[in-house]
Amino acid sequence: MNALINIVKQGLGLGSVAVNGGVHPPEHKQESTTQAIGQLPLPKRLVLPLRQHVGNLPKVLVAVGDKVLKGQLLAEAEGNISAAIHAPTSGTITAIEDALIPHPSGLPDRCITIAVDGKDEWIALAPSDWRKEDKTKLLESLRNSGIVGLGGAAFPTQVKLRTNAKSHVDTLVINAAECEPYITCDDMLMRERADQILKGVEIAQYLLGAKECLIGIEDNKPEAAEAMRLACAISPLSKLVTLKVVVVPTQYPSGDARQLIRLLTGIEVPADKRSTDVGLQCFNVATVLALHRYFDFGEPALSRIVTITGNVKTPANFEVLFGTPITDLVKAGGGALEDTNDYIMGGPMMGFSLPSVDVPITKAANCIIASAPNLFAPAPPAMPCIRCARCADVCPVSLQPQELYWFSKSSNLEKARDYNLFDCIECGCCTYACPSNIPLVQYYRFAKSEIIAQDRAKEAADLARERNEFRLMRIEREKQERAEKHAQKAVGAKAEAAKTESAPETEASDDASIAAKKAAIAAAIERAKVQKAAAVPQNVADAKPAVQAEIAEIDARREAAKQAVSELAGDNTPSTQDKK
Amino acid sequence: MSRSPYLSSAPSVSIIMVKVMLALVPAIAAYVWVFGAGILVMLALASITALAAEALMLKLRNRPIKPFLMDGSALLTAWLLALSLPPLAPWWLVVVGTFFAIVIAKQLYGGLGYNPFNPAMVGYAVLLISFPVIMTHWPAPLELAQAKLSLANQLQYIFGTTNGLSLDAVSMATPLDYLKTQLTLHHSVQEITAAPQFGLLGAKGGELVVGAYLLGGLYLLQQRLITWHLPTAFLSVLALMAGAFYLVDATHYAHPLFHLFTGASMLGAFFIITDPVSGPTTPKGKLVFAAGIAVLTYLIRVYGGYPDGVAFSVLLMNMCVPLIDAWTQPRVFGHKK
Repeated sequence: MNALINIVKQGLGLGSVAVNGGVHPPEHKQESTTQAIGQLPLPKRLVLPLRQHVGNLPKVLVAVGDKVLKGQLLAEAEGNISAAIHAPTSGTITAIEDALIPHPSGLPDRCITIAVDGKDEWIALAPSDWRKEDKTKLLESLRNSGIVGLGGAAFPTQVKLRTNAKSHVDTLVINAAECEPYITCDDMLMRERADQILKGVEIAQYLLGAKECLIGIEDNKPEAAEAMRLACAISPLSKLVTLKVVVVPTQYPSGDARQLIRLLTGIEVPADKRSTDVGLQCFNVATVLALHRYFDFGEPALSRIVTITGNVKTPANFEVLFGTPITDLVKAGGGALEDTNDYIMGGPMMGFSLPSVDVPITKAANCIIASAPNLFAPAPPAMPCIRCARCADVCPVSLQPQELYWFSKSSNLEKARDYNLFDCIECGCCTYACPSNIPLVQYYRFAKSEIIAQDRAKEAADLARERNEFRLMRIEREKQERAEKHAQKAVGAKAEAAKTESAPETEASDDASIAAKKAAIAAAIERAKVQKAAAVPQNVADAKPAVQAEIAEIDARREAAKQAVSELAGDNTPSTQDKK
Repeated sequence: MSRSPYLSSAPSVSIIMVKVMLALVPAIAAYVWVFGAGILVMLALASITALAAEALMLKLRNRPIKPFLMDGSALLTAWLLALSLPPLAPWWLVVVGTFFAIVIAKQLYGGLGYNPFNPAMVGYAVLLISFPVIMTHWPAPLELAQAKLSLANQLQYIFGTTNGLSLDAVSMATPLDYLKTQLTLHHSVQEITAAPQFGLLGAKGGELVVGAYLLGGLYLLQQRLITWHLPTAFLSVLALMAGAFYLVDATHYAHPLFHLFTGASMLGAFFIITDPVSGPTTPKGKLVFAAGIAVLTYLIRVYGGYPDGVAFSVLLMNMCVPLIDAWTQPRVFGHKK
């Protein structure tokens, strides 16, 4: 029936306000919104993975044994897309080594460990009067702010704020949809710190030069929407640009940047373009708040709000320093209930199981869910696909998941790519809706990584082949060059010989005495012999047939010349006599 | 490690199948009311055959038997086939048809999810071609029958213990069949439909069954087990087609409502053409598929050699499904068409 209504709406040009497809799982948000954002006690030890963002690993600036202060730069951004790491509190560096990090792979990665001294001693903070500063200077300073997208994507924010002639931003979209079930960190942040968020929006608007700022919130967060509306009303920004809170229907995945942009502006960012190409940029609420803290107070990214929920006694939100062990957060949430068998980072739709509950909170960690069999039942064994197309009905990007499944399952990767596999945002709606319990998203992740691996392998093979072809070409060219050089030398020698040989002939034909002639001829023969010995190359066998033929020809002529000379030496030929 | 999403909302395949069978219950009740309880015996025969054939084939194919028997797909196929057959057909007809549907049309193609053709319709088509006389011998509705048949009588017909009593005594041509043969005798539609087996819209008595199918179909829509595309496109195109012919010549072509309420139109619209496995998956593809079936059904009814054409039309359009799906891919988000 909804589909029918949508078609009628679209037919009348009214458009539909909800996400295309999408799903609405039980929200489970109220459990963790009953109390204010809490503060965790300082942990004893912080483990800071260097890889907490998308892009290059930052360059470590400290060594084991160094004393560091809160806010001190530990690792600086390296290259274009990278983010810095700072000390979330004061202490001593005790290790820079590989340790378990919260990542779906479960593999360890490089981390800096700080033994916390408990003093929480700040470095000297340098707030900036950003309204008076040059934008390029501000952006340069943002490079080492450590701020990344806090919605979960962890893309370095400094990169997204850089604008150039090609990418001008007219509309700034603030993503406060928080569409995944269970997660409430943005909700609570908006309820409690809406004014600070607006200050961050001011900075982002200033840096981008946007003419319009839209804040998108799902309609299941009325308190947050109200707080934001109030903050907007008193914000000085509302006098400068259009500043609006837009409430969107609760339908997962409305918080996907491209989906939210469509919901708020009606613009569908072309699949092969960035949002900035069509004058839009999107930031999470917590990210813009981090901008405010950085510019107005000089505080780099040191902490974030994290929801602890699921199978814990008192689900809630806490402000957590990066590097804090997740066990501390679970404790703060009243501890895990007995039947807890897993911990999920992120939401139940796109999150992943943690390799251990001791891994640290990172910049991307918006939510930790203690999981139990009664909360998230293990998926029953998969049945065959019955082509019911429920997956296609819920796909927010209008893919045909059932076709992609066939292609991925049969490793028909080319076909999967043709059917736009890479437009899949891995939101999980298809798997959620599948009556056959097929782990569709897993198949797509597999197919994507296979295709990427194949492309890389092909690229590497192409490169190797090109290199080898070039090498063979170079060897051949050098060989040829060598042969030519030899041939030239040989030709040169012959010409020399011919010159010296022909000289006595003319002299003889003139008027010199026979004795003089004989002496000259003898000398010439001698010279020719010496030259011949020098001229015949030792490696003519290497030369090409053409070159060899040339050499043979030269030899033949030389032989003929010799003959002529010896004839001259014997008796007067008629010709010479005639000349006389 | 990662296995997100951790949530699932979908009813399992078996729940879906059970709900579809539930949607058939009103029609079965109407059947019993109109034609007698013999249909229940037919349903039971088909069910037992389907489950036995499915189990046998799963065993031969070395597949787990229990999960696939429990998925309910074989039972549903059996029910749909039984409801398509004349209610007093001999027992072996049901058994042969069901066996063929499950073994050949479903399991030999790979079982659930892999059959390119609608198994129930394959079974039906095979029976119609092989045993055309039996397949067109429908018993008259009880209220029209010269001799009222008790359940015992009906069982005698089904199990062939009638001692020479021919089915002719209790059967009569179905309205679609009757219309076709009478038209060749140069009667007008109006004269023909005055015959006793015609009701208000379709067949007398049969209308009730058709109405029950419609009711079940609405339940399927309400439960979101089917989308509106297939039934809407099928019924409207069939009505449009019949309407156009009717407007041109009302003496030779029946009223569009007659076409909607006779034969397998309603059963087809909601229960047969909505088989997901052998049908298209894209919304536009569903419209094309259903419209194709409607056009073919009408043409077969009016010009073909058989009284009804739903089964053949479905099978013909099943062949086009891969092409239809490839042609009707929806526009992907952020892509131009």
